[in-house]
Amino acid sequence: MDLLLQHVINAVSLGGTYALLSLGLAIVFSIIGLINFAHGELMTAAGYTIFFMLAAGVSLPLAIVFAIVAVAILAMGIERVAFRPMRKADMTGLLITSFAMSMILQAFFQNAIGARPRAVAMPEALSGVVNLGSVHLGIIPLMSISITVVALVALNLFLKHTVMGITMRAAAEDIDVVRLLGLKAGRVVATSFAVSGVLAATAAFLWVAQRGSVDPLMGFVPVLKAFVATIVGGLGSLTGAVAGGMLLGIVEVLAQVVLPPSMVEFRDAFVLGFVILLLLVRPQGLLPAPTGRRS
Amino acid sequence: MTASPLLDVAGLNVRYGYVEAVRGISFSVAPGEILALIGANGAGKTSTLSALSGLTPATGRIAYRGTDISGLGAEKRSGLGIALTPEGRRVFPSLTVAENLLLGGAAHKGKHDPAAKREEMLSLFPILKERYHQRAGLLSGGEQQMLAIARSLMSAPDLLLLDEPSLGLAPQIVDQVFELIVKLNGTGLTILLVEQNASRALEIAHHALVLANGAVALSGKASDLLASPDIRAAYLSA
Repeated sequence: MDLLLQHVINAVSLGGTYALLSLGLAIVFSIIGLINFAHGELMTAAGYTIFFMLAAGVSLPLAIVFAIVAVAILAMGIERVAFRPMRKADMTGLLITSFAMSMILQAFFQNAIGARPRAVAMPEALSGVVNLGSVHLGIIPLMSISITVVALVALNLFLKHTVMGITMRAAAEDIDVVRLLGLKAGRVVATSFAVSGVLAATAAFLWVAQRGSVDPLMGFVPVLKAFVATIVGGLGSLTGAVAGGMLLGIVEVLAQVVLPPSMVEFRDAFVLGFVILLLLVRPQGLLPAPTGRRS
Repeated sequence: MTASPLLDVAGLNVRYGYVEAVRGISFSVAPGEILALIGANGAGKTSTLSALSGLTPATGRIAYRGTDISGLGAEKRSGLGIALTPEGRRVFPSLTVAENLLLGGAAHKGKHDPAAKREEMLSLFPILKERYHQRAGLLSGGEQQMLAIARSLMSAPDLLLLDEPSLGLAPQIVDQVFELIVKLNGTGLTILLVEQNASRALEIAHHALVLANGAVALSGKASDLLASPDIRAAYLSA
């Protein structure tokens, strides 16, 4: 029973991190129709920011806030420099741009900082365990879940109760009409990148706290998983992204637990096999976005 | 037309790749009038409105209140008082009626009080008050059309470009829409109306323009066009 609870906590914690990442991808996708493959590098940038801040003796909460702000600005900068000039390009052009951006940033991290992983010195307190009778729960997964919940609630409030949030939801459905109403589409796109940066930085902290190190390719695997999660959830749908991320985290932990030890190294193959089966049954994803209606 | 025009269009050209949808049309809209733009499917009516709104790139001169606005984007033109209610209504389906209206006025807060404007819209369209917290996608076609028009009016425009407001609506709703257009025009709003239902449009318009293959085939007083048997035969026997 105790073990089960621990697995559930681990699954929700991992799923939450994927959910934050896939939300970031989905928000940008819903507005400009681009899968931003440089999203992983936003995560890596946040990881390094936290690493350097902690190394400089800054407290962890301040380091996290700083990483969030820095990466939101970086995301807007990438939009301004790489994507905005390409706004008339087709899907393929945008996709290639995002791959290029991803590789440029990876090369930058490798050359400016170094290819080997850097250990991130997390405060001692985080490595502790909460003991509830016979149940031992790690502080990091519990913190992970709390932070994910706070981030999701905050994003939901932003999207439902601010003019910019409502405009972003409208732009996901029909950005031309948003412009017709006099609302600045460029600002909406920039904000969507900023929000994706905030989510990537938050996820980066959770990832680093769990693993204790940063390297130039840190963002690649989790964002690849998050991409799978957005497809599973239904491309462009925000609730779908959260559901897809959660499901993927749960399936991954489940595979880890139930597979015999000799098969655990093939865990991802089983997880992706499950995704393929799911998409065969539901090709549109779990909770697809309402398709844009044009007359 | 005696007064200086609100909108003056000269040599407007819209092309999509090799296809010329609008071929150098010129016309003007006087303040306070309803100008009907009629013609067969594919005559260039929607392209013309879209070009005027700034969504579709076009060449030619578009003067609004005597100033050339052809270089301005859709956001800027909305700010100047030009609103387009697009064909197919295009309300934001997953947003509530309240949110759709909110966005209609959000960029125009400096011009008027959005709350007062919203009350005005809800008294003009009582059905929207009933549906206020429902998602726009759940409204009927007629209700969506009312919402689309109300959303445009939230910017307090001086010129309303209305694209096919009666398309796909039940006959008694069509009556309501035409009554509304006359009512709005009565408050001083200038309207450029694109309609499939040409005879109905001519009945309420002051002037009209008949488009054929992207060019102006005929123009004149709406009542004259409506009375002319040739025109009835050629353009109104839909």
